[in-house]
Amino acid sequence: MPSVILNSEEILRSKKAIRRKKQIMFLFAAPLLVFIVVSFIIPIASMLYRSVYHPVVAELLPDTIVVLNSWDETNDTLPDDEVVAVFSRELHLLAHERKSGSVAEEINRIVPGSASLIKSTARNFKKVTLEQLPISHAELVEVNIKWSDKKIWRAIKASGIVFTDNFYLTALDLKRNASGDVQTRDTQVYVKLYIKSLKLALYITLLSIVIGYPLAYYLVTIPTRTANILMICVLLPFWTSLLVRTTSWIALLQTNGVINSMLQYIHIINEPIEMLYTQFATIISMIHILLPFMVLPLYSVMKNIDPSYMRAALSLGAKPLPAFMRIYMPMTMSGLAAGSLLVFIISIGYYITPALVGGTDGQMISNIIAFHMQSSNNWELAAALGSLLLLIILIMYAIYDRIVGVSNIKLG
Amino acid sequence: MHFPQYLTLMQKIGLYCLCGSAWAGLIFLMLPILIIIPLSFNIEPYFTFTEGMLALDSDAYSLKWYREIFNNEQWILSIKNSFYIGIMSTVIATILGTLAAIGLSNSNMPFQRLIMAALLSPMIVPLIITAAGMYFFYAQLNIAGTYLGVIIAHAALGTPFVIITVNAALAGFDYSLVRASMSLGASPVTTFFNVIVPLIRPGVISGALFAFITSFDEVVVVLFLAGPEQRTIPRQMFSGLREQINPSILAIATLLIIVSALMLLMIEYLRRRGEHIRTGERS
Repeated sequence: MPSVILNSEEILRSKKAIRRKKQIMFLFAAPLLVFIVVSFIIPIASMLYRSVYHPVVAELLPDTIVVLNSWDETNDTLPDDEVVAVFSRELHLLAHERKSGSVAEEINRIVPGSASLIKSTARNFKKVTLEQLPISHAELVEVNIKWSDKKIWRAIKASGIVFTDNFYLTALDLKRNASGDVQTRDTQVYVKLYIKSLKLALYITLLSIVIGYPLAYYLVTIPTRTANILMICVLLPFWTSLLVRTTSWIALLQTNGVINSMLQYIHIINEPIEMLYTQFATIISMIHILLPFMVLPLYSVMKNIDPSYMRAALSLGAKPLPAFMRIYMPMTMSGLAAGSLLVFIISIGYYITPALVGGTDGQMISNIIAFHMQSSNNWELAAALGSLLLLIILIMYAIYDRIVGVSNIKLG
Repeated sequence: MHFPQYLTLMQKIGLYCLCGSAWAGLIFLMLPILIIIPLSFNIEPYFTFTEGMLALDSDAYSLKWYREIFNNEQWILSIKNSFYIGIMSTVIATILGTLAAIGLSNSNMPFQRLIMAALLSPMIVPLIITAAGMYFFYAQLNIAGTYLGVIIAHAALGTPFVIITVNAALAGFDYSLVRASMSLGASPVTTFFNVIVPLIRPGVISGALFAFITSFDEVVVVLFLAGPEQRTIPRQMFSGLREQINPSILAIATLLIIVSALMLLMIEYLRRRGEHIRTGERS
């Protein structure tokens, strides 16, 4: 084979040219890359960091935490009197800066009920001068008898650890007992909720297949002109605001809503059925919202299947149903996988619809994350719960990328 | 339906079942949306059809909920905000997204797969996590509770759609056209605006529409990030549905349905145009 041999200068030049091209192409993507990293990726990364990095107590009571570190909490003794002196001084300072509340909140998370102890002690310290502060356990116990409990000191020491896996343990319904071993909590809250969210997402996905598959198949069997018109029925909901669709389900499912009053009008029921604020309401309205994501990929796959395969199978004597199952179905698998993964990924992290129609048992994991963000102000736990949810989604996304390919997503 | 004569009875029943379930699916999709429209004209403050409405009595219908919206300062503010935030974030998302898609579609792009995954991630991450992360971070930058914060957040959420649609428009893009233009003496900027942009325009516009509707419809990030000054339509609807349910929500929902129907028509038109440009046919 004749070959052209380049001299070293030409090789260098062509390499340079390729490098330049790469640089130019990278420059096109660079502005968006910077934008997404700053506005999206760093915020999420810093939130995830917050789930393991928790400096509140270590920053508020720095010296106490240092002296407590030399105390062996597995021993059956209280920490040294030195600890009391340092702690009193720092709490005295915090009381004057009005910051003792956040310490109380942190300790209270470990020993429920201890918030009032810390707050009342802080109030007490505020009234006295530095010299009058207790410097030994005997004096501190006089302020409040509960300070003789080793549990409180253990909690203060534990809350002073800056890098912690505690929030992940809580998110998985685990806790550390006094000797530092991990054990399950008595009441399972979050694991149950994860399982429920996965289950709801699975139901929604399966029901979307049940409704969406025949629908997509029907749309490819009828003439294109009719199909294009009927396609509006799939696309209009897709383009309609999800708040609008949630509103319409509220109107339909309410106690005095359309479905109940219709059923009463034609005397099928006498008493209205409670449908809104239930799991059923979450499932049905989410299917309605996510069904287009199932139908559209299925439709685009089915449209490209040559109908002569089925005809060939039928003319060779196969019965329609087995022919369908063995010839047609396998060819639609890529669309089915795409639609199912899409519906599953979207539904597992859904927040708005469950919050509005779900009541208490229609809530999903996102709702509890929002609760910890907005109501209980336990941002670290919210971050830990969120990162576990993100992990589930990223696994699904990786599967999606494997099967469908991220760059093959089509819209409209 | 017309059946070939050789079908057995069972097969005919099977086809009827298919047909029936498909129509049931279509009705399931459309009915909840259509039902909102007549309900928004209800004169009574209920979310259901009154007997007068069923009897088509004209006294049972009114425009009072529409009047209520346009007389309510909060609704007016939220409508203005939705369009302002939507348009601003769409402009940012479209410009940055189009440039990135052009770079990503070229085979010379380094780390193509990784960068693509990073740029599409705002579409995959659940909104509650995005909202939580942005809430912490934007508060540190002092842009939480400002228009700038919400616009940046929505622009980030909209870019994946621009990348996807422009990428699709660039599939099969002939880079020799760029070389031809450059060899005939056009500068890179001229080439970009006179050669590349006209060819991918339908993709860019439909990407922009997707980005706009993403912002227009977004509520979770707004819930966390926006102050009372930046209330948008979905945010206003969300609190309306939670606190005082009242048919003016149905009226705004009807208006939104009209907006989405217009969007749908525009997207369909652009899709067909895009196909013509790619295949070279003219209609």
